[in-house]
Amino acid sequence: MEKIKVRKLSKEFTIHTRGGIKIKGFDDINFEVNKGEFVSLFGPSGMGKSSILKALYRTYTTSSGDIIFTKDNGESVNIATCDESTMLSLRKEEIGYVSQFLQVLPRISAVDVVAQPLIDKGEDVSTSKEAAKEMLDYLGIKKELFDVSPLTFSGGEQQRVNIAKGIIAPKSVLLLDEPTASLDKSNTMKVIEKLLKIKDDGVAMVGIFHDMDAMRAISDKVFDIREKRYANDY
Amino acid sequence: MILDLKNVNKVYGEFCSKCLDSTGSDFNSSICPECGSVVAVNSIDLHLNKGEVLGIVGESGSGKSTLLQLIYQDQKASSGIIHMDRFFDKAGNYKNVLDASANELGFLRDELMSMIYQNPRLGLNYQFSAGGNIAEKVIMSGTKKFKDIRDRALYFLDKTEIPVERIDDYPDRFSGGQQQRIQISKALSSNPKILLLDEPTTGLDLSVQAKILDLIKELQKEIGFAMIIVSHDLGVIKHLTDISIVMKNGEIVEYGLTDQILEDPQHPYTQTLVSSVL
Repeated sequence: MEKIKVRKLSKEFTIHTRGGIKIKGFDDINFEVNKGEFVSLFGPSGMGKSSILKALYRTYTTSSGDIIFTKDNGESVNIATCDESTMLSLRKEEIGYVSQFLQVLPRISAVDVVAQPLIDKGEDVSTSKEAAKEMLDYLGIKKELFDVSPLTFSGGEQQRVNIAKGIIAPKSVLLLDEPTASLDKSNTMKVIEKLLKIKDDGVAMVGIFHDMDAMRAISDKVFDIREKRYANDY
Repeated sequence: MILDLKNVNKVYGEFCSKCLDSTGSDFNSSICPECGSVVAVNSIDLHLNKGEVLGIVGESGSGKSTLLQLIYQDQKASSGIIHMDRFFDKAGNYKNVLDASANELGFLRDELMSMIYQNPRLGLNYQFSAGGNIAEKVIMSGTKKFKDIRDRALYFLDKTEIPVERIDDYPDRFSGGQQQRIQISKALSSNPKILLLDEPTTGLDLSVQAKILDLIKELQKEIGFAMIIVSHDLGVIKHLTDISIVMKNGEIVEYGLTDQILEDPQHPYTQTLVSSVL
């Protein structure tokens, strides 16, 4: 089943504070993502991979084209043009986004950060916290750090908290922007293992990886941004 | 739908036929060149659903607070349509709030909405105790039994971390941050569908600001009321809101998801605003 269909999607930034210069984000992008499928966006930096991901989450507006999203109930929504309330409910119910960097308030502990998506989903607090601890432990975060704000952690630890938070309560679509960029090989592969499991559960995913081994291990299709088509070998 | 505004205007002055079309962000002015009226709020459309949190940003004089006051009926809009959930005419259709009678205004302000002002002096009565202030709002919203009223006051004081044994102290006996929390208790005690906040933490020190904003956010999540927050602090907007509008010269120049407005601002003014963050 098709979850996301991207058609002729283009994005141009107009920088008014710099005399209205125009910068091309991406241009005429077409791809689709099915249920239980992982599509990687591939290409050199600056080609608009993250921008496309942000457009799918509507953190970026687009200049033209469509992003047709099929909801769990079968209805279609065009993310490129739908109203804000519709997008908010999609974010709440159906689409998750894992950014490169952890953005949390400095007064919340690692466990609470990771448990929150489960609590939002309706799980009770103690079960959610237990699951959060398990996830943090799996990703190799030391137990004595669980009750500390993750903003005090190292870059790699922060990223692991970020991914834990992003995948603990997966929705039907997950967008991943270099979730393993600052992780070592073994932690990257642990994350990939979790993602494979989520994929088996039917979650549709679009992701960006710099680590080619990680990309190969998880991807069903690789979309080459520069060639604007699926890559045959990668 | 919780709140819906269509073409709402507020003009101070004679309101001639040129007022709306010759002021606004394109003219970089809110003063009508024809009649000299000040167009504080110009052709505003706004829609709010259950549980949504809307932020209003913009420079001072852009009409943010006026817009909030037009919704809360502190001021009457010059023209336009404001519809609210549960506010119907006899036939059961939405009734324009601008046509509300004095009685109906009471219902709107006491039961449907609450306002939290930047200055607690506007939201609290300093002749009444903290508990008395909350009681006033609870009584107006229809609860009449003394014990129920007192229990409600105690409940919300406790929620906002005011020591409950101080329920009978007068507002000026409390610190500024505590007065603000009493104002929040009062505002929430009527179970409003819409909570309006006008720069609720401006002027408070950082730690108190964080506590109050966390509290508002937590209560919003728990109770699920819709909320509109006016702030010139983008940090506050980012922390609390889902959707934002950007105002300039009385008009909405940008409307979008808050993260989109902060990361991919479209309008020149919004780009300047976002690039001004320290």
